[in-house]
Amino acid sequence: MKLLNQEEAKRICDRVIGFSKADECRVGISGSRTGNIRYAQNSVSTAGLNENMTLSVTVAFGKRQGTATINEFDDKSLEKAVRRAEDVARLAPENPEFMPAVGKQEYKAAQTFFAPTAAIDPDYRAEVASHSIVAARSNKLVTAGFFIDTTGFETIANSNGVFGHQEYTDLNFTCTARTEDGRGSGWVTRSASDARRFDAREASAIAIEKALRSVDAKALEPGRYTVILEPAAASGLLGFMFGGFDARQADEGRSFLSKKGGGTRLGEKLFDEQVNVWTDPWNSDAPVGTWDGGSMLPRERRDIVKDGKIAALNYSLFWAKKQGIKPTGRPGNIIMAGGSKSLEELVASTKKGIVVTRTWYIRSVDPQSVLLTGLTRDGTFYVENGKIKHPVKNFRFNESPVTMLNNVDELGKPELIGSEGNGLQMVIPSMKIRDFNFTSLSDAV
Amino acid sequence: MERRTFLKIGGGAAGALLVPVFGEAIAAEELMNPVGLAFKKSLADTALNAAAKAGASYCDVRIGRYLNQFITTRDLNVENIINTESSGVGVRVIANGAYGFASTNDMSPDSIANAARQAVAIARANARLQSEPLRMAPVKGVGDVAWATPYKKDWRTVPVKEKAEMLIAANKAGLDAGASFMTANLFQVNQQKYFASTDGSYIDQDIHRLWAPLTATAVDKATNRFRTRDGLASPMGMGYEYFDARPADKVQAAGGVTTLYRNSYDIVEDARAAAKHAREKLTAKTIEPGKYDLVLSPEHLFLTIHESVGHPTELDRVLGYEANYAGTSFATLDKWQTKKFKFGADRVNFIADKNEKGSLGAVGYDDEGVPAKRWDIIRDGVLVNYQATRDQAHIIGEKESHGCSYADSWNSVQFQRMPNVSLAAGKERLTPDEMVKDVKKGIYILGRGSYSIDQQRYNFQFGGQLYYEIKNGKIVGQVEDVAYQSNTQEFWNACSAICDQRDWRMGGSFFDGKGQPSQVSAVSHGSSTTRFNGINVINTARKIG
Repeated sequence: MKLLNQEEAKRICDRVIGFSKADECRVGISGSRTGNIRYAQNSVSTAGLNENMTLSVTVAFGKRQGTATINEFDDKSLEKAVRRAEDVARLAPENPEFMPAVGKQEYKAAQTFFAPTAAIDPDYRAEVASHSIVAARSNKLVTAGFFIDTTGFETIANSNGVFGHQEYTDLNFTCTARTEDGRGSGWVTRSASDARRFDAREASAIAIEKALRSVDAKALEPGRYTVILEPAAASGLLGFMFGGFDARQADEGRSFLSKKGGGTRLGEKLFDEQVNVWTDPWNSDAPVGTWDGGSMLPRERRDIVKDGKIAALNYSLFWAKKQGIKPTGRPGNIIMAGGSKSLEELVASTKKGIVVTRTWYIRSVDPQSVLLTGLTRDGTFYVENGKIKHPVKNFRFNESPVTMLNNVDELGKPELIGSEGNGLQMVIPSMKIRDFNFTSLSDAV
Repeated sequence: MERRTFLKIGGGAAGALLVPVFGEAIAAEELMNPVGLAFKKSLADTALNAAAKAGASYCDVRIGRYLNQFITTRDLNVENIINTESSGVGVRVIANGAYGFASTNDMSPDSIANAARQAVAIARANARLQSEPLRMAPVKGVGDVAWATPYKKDWRTVPVKEKAEMLIAANKAGLDAGASFMTANLFQVNQQKYFASTDGSYIDQDIHRLWAPLTATAVDKATNRFRTRDGLASPMGMGYEYFDARPADKVQAAGGVTTLYRNSYDIVEDARAAAKHAREKLTAKTIEPGKYDLVLSPEHLFLTIHESVGHPTELDRVLGYEANYAGTSFATLDKWQTKKFKFGADRVNFIADKNEKGSLGAVGYDDEGVPAKRWDIIRDGVLVNYQATRDQAHIIGEKESHGCSYADSWNSVQFQRMPNVSLAAGKERLTPDEMVKDVKKGIYILGRGSYSIDQQRYNFQFGGQLYYEIKNGKIVGQVEDVAYQSNTQEFWNACSAICDQRDWRMGGSFFDGKGQPSQVSAVSHGSSTTRFNGINVINTARKIG
């Protein structure tokens, strides 16, 4: 399957809009070619190539709306999708909150496509797996990992003249190394848009080193500890919170960003003043599409948290209109400022603390306080007088990222983590946090 | 229309037989027309022949058409109605002792043959890094057969307006009963799956599932507090008759604290109750942390079963194949081999069952063409078996696969997924009310809430939707800020009573994620109300800035 270029995608959008008899029509096309290789027990378990393209059509008659999607692109299928969306829309009740499609927009492109990533082939993927497997075998370890690369495009259009087309590439690698007796485990993750910024050998070596160092973990009493969270460990908690920066939820009184008596906490200082977070679709570490697919509005660079104060919330078209606010596209990435220190330097300045490689199975316990629970995993170490002393058994934590970002001691160097399942590409620093709340021990390695 | 659950069909007559079964079409909807069987068979043969010619020792082909409809509502408004359709073909082969997989959404013979050849090339490349060749447990070819989810009302024939109005009626009932906000959604799935393999099977399946989650939110702006209560419906493998709200399917919770539902659901009644409960939660007493006897309703316990029994007994996890993501398992082969590993108390029996009527995991055959079956996982508290696919059966001394292979789409490779795993009902007569009478200091928990468990499934923490304090055999009122933390083996060994079969019903997970790239599957877990003694409960209330 050939991915569509701008002209081909435009032709299909025009065709779909032409078929529509509705008052308005919105079109989205996404296509991708995804290659992956998965290995476990020092052997490749699956590898595959997946190509797919999906068309999504949303039409409206007055305030009645319907959507249909399909993955076939001959004229008959395009028309079928339009008719199906129209049938649904005609039968749907009116939505008083319906917002008409936006008018023509300007989207300033970001560089999201990198030819070296698009050129990745089965041999490249096998080589990635081989780096881990060979290194693990020579260290008497067992490795499991996953490498995935995507080359794709996103197209949007509507019957008011909106059109946007963006091609992108992306790769993600995770690798776990375990000792043969299962007493030690280490992990690493890497993301990149440009394959030239990815080194499988370097990454695998980190997982291997952590596995070897984590054998014979000692049990520490659960309680409040200073933690040094690696960027991947912190992103699991922060991703949850930044997914909740919704103005409507806050205005309606059902968010941690709701103000007592009504309204939002926009402008209030909620975090330590070292905390600065923004979104920027053109960020060179985490470039993303420059429009928000839902509203079709352009994305902008804007502050989300400035010196610990809430600087922006996300408004839907409807809520922005109701509140009299100019709407902007929802962010596609989250960038958090850090310092220049490496993880080792953060450890060196720590009297007593715990290094956390990875956090796992994080779930909301109470949305009122953003209390989250989860566990540490694949490399948890005790630090004393600036040095890693020994591995420790994994902990369960019950902690709120709001509390966590109030207890910042020091921030390290930011790294691209990729999306944590919330659709946001994140660049997050390692961070030293006081009084992080570990509530029980886990026997899991 | 009552469906037959198993339809033996043959050759060219197959397509003609299926048409009346699919019923009448709705306006301009082609969703109802299945792809012709003869066409699917000829496409499948194209792939099987191409794979054999390219040197594959085994090949299976899955031709899939996946139809979904999602309706989302908020208060009195329909936010969106989405119909999705995805069709294509996935080809899996074994060549040189290794798997290869390729897929295409181009349903032409050339494209499918090409996918088969691509799969063989990938298998050959994978074989170079393979430590030993795959060993597949044998499966007898079944020829041309069909299976369909038993249902009375096809969700595809119910007008969207009627469905939207039902959701809005539920939201209105909730708002009238004191909710500040309501959401109600409806997820409906139809998977038309055709499987063929070089073992001589041509299996046509038509699978239906649905789920209607709702949430009532109560806000007190003066205190800046908000609380939610989710609906208590289970996702089911059945038709739209689930929403018939038959009185016979209603069950009173212990102490009459709410109404629960078996095989049909009264969404309006539950929305009303949810609003009332959410409002009560705003002023409910906060829990004193400590040890409590927990009385867990099936609407809650299903998720604890899923996480602490379902996942650790997946054989691929036990063997290390999920080590990089989902994790491994504490239920290791050496423990199983002792035949004495006490997973739980003597009264604890877990059964895997892919035939359970109305369950999310019910199929005629799995995605390797293995007929659905039933087997014991935990018997009298002892770990006796796992969940296996064809290539794993030999590792645990089984002659046949358990039939646990599943792929969530035509373009996903099939792998081991959880069957319905359920806790057998207690053998002695016992109702939830009688169970509560024996509790001095306890909490009755209903509904699915927060859930988290470690990567080897030892340490977990769960919450629910509703918590009622039990004092000296009586339910005394709602409490809040409850979560229980335990260790899987300790927890199941602390199981002190299980209500009898009259109280047995299923909960389920509609979007259970596993694998890399992640795939979702749907699975049910049945139980009766069950008690666990002396479980550690924490208080989850926190204050922020």
